[in-house]
Amino acid sequence: MKPLDEIDVHAYVDGGLSESAKAELDARLRADPEDAERVRAYTEQNALLRSLYNPVLDEPVPAALLAIHPRAWRRYAVAAGTFALGIGLGWLVRGEFVTQVVVPVSIARLAATAHAVYAPEVRHPVEVSAKEEDHLVGWLSKRLGTTLKAPKLAPLGYELVGGRLLSGPQGPVAQFMYQDARGQRLTLYVSRQRGEPRDTAFRFSQEDRVSVFYWVDGNYGYALSGEMKRDQLLQVAEVVYKQLNP
Amino acid sequence: MDRRLIVEHIPRLRRYARALVGDRYVADDLVQDTLERAWNKFYLWRPGSDLRAWLFTIMHNVFVNQARRRRYEIEQAMDEPPAVAVRATQGEQLELQDVDRMLRSLPSEQREVVLLVAVEQLTYEQVSRALGIPIGTVMSRLSRARERMRQLLGGQPVTSLKVVK
Repeated sequence: MKPLDEIDVHAYVDGGLSESAKAELDARLRADPEDAERVRAYTEQNALLRSLYNPVLDEPVPAALLAIHPRAWRRYAVAAGTFALGIGLGWLVRGEFVTQVVVPVSIARLAATAHAVYAPEVRHPVEVSAKEEDHLVGWLSKRLGTTLKAPKLAPLGYELVGGRLLSGPQGPVAQFMYQDARGQRLTLYVSRQRGEPRDTAFRFSQEDRVSVFYWVDGNYGYALSGEMKRDQLLQVAEVVYKQLNP
Repeated sequence: MDRRLIVEHIPRLRRYARALVGDRYVADDLVQDTLERAWNKFYLWRPGSDLRAWLFTIMHNVFVNQARRRRYEIEQAMDEPPAVAVRATQGEQLELQDVDRMLRSLPSEQREVVLLVAVEQLTYEQVSRALGIPIGTVMSRLSRARERMRQLLGGQPVTSLKVVK
């Protein structure tokens, strides 16, 4: 008897054999318990892997994935904006900053976690309050090894509460906290990034209840977090981005 | 270009990515990068050809590139339990966790093949095209992956391992 064709064994398991080839193999397997056991085990593996991962199909698709648009649309938008409104520069800048580049997702998670920990804090939301803003910014700049700026968000109704130093995977992290008249808080998380300096797209991530916009600029990653809807946070994020990249 | 064409594949891209990298967030990031690249290269897709296989090809390329850059993060993610909703009784659940653990223990090139075949149910030919490898390589990776998982699951010693030419 010629040895069993290995490809046929797998095709049998994966339902890729014709009826006649399947019947032939069935007969062979009845005579060979060892191969029959192998086929049973492989079939079981298929079933287990499917039952392990099929539930992902039923999960709601994260909004961030549905929000991805073809870059061509952005180009047309840029062109139309330039043509019709004659304010080319603003649009080009916009076109520039939505260009897609890869960013490690972890900054969004780290920032959201830090936000969730400190934003609800009543008595000690920050280490250094906004009353000592110069000292705060100077101190955090020194620890991160760059010149930081605390964006001015008062026109949007958010006042600086203060900031704190946190530790992250790449060393020190700065967190600035803002608050509006209703006590709604936002945090800006700034951390050093590993690897080559690069600039990335503006990205959105929903981390449980915390919405995060994040981007990388040179050696630093920025993430703005808040418990609010994407569009609401986007307005603030755009202002923050513009202030940090004048 | 019809946006819906790609959007309807997102759940399956997420399933494959989750199985491939284990961590929910790393997986969705992989999907995000895949979708962005797919949009930007959509003009390269031939209407009428298999869009899903084409998307898996893109995801494979993104994964391979990122795996280099993100080895650290992915390894960290591997330490976490699989972020999937497990629908099973307690007895079965143990088994499912074992399966996930075994999957993680496979080299990623074997994991890709076994997932595309077993979970995504692509034909061997589609897998060969999606990963850009000869069909013989698909079969030998599949064979090694299944045999390894069988031995890990069953705790059986390595016996006459059959190798596909």
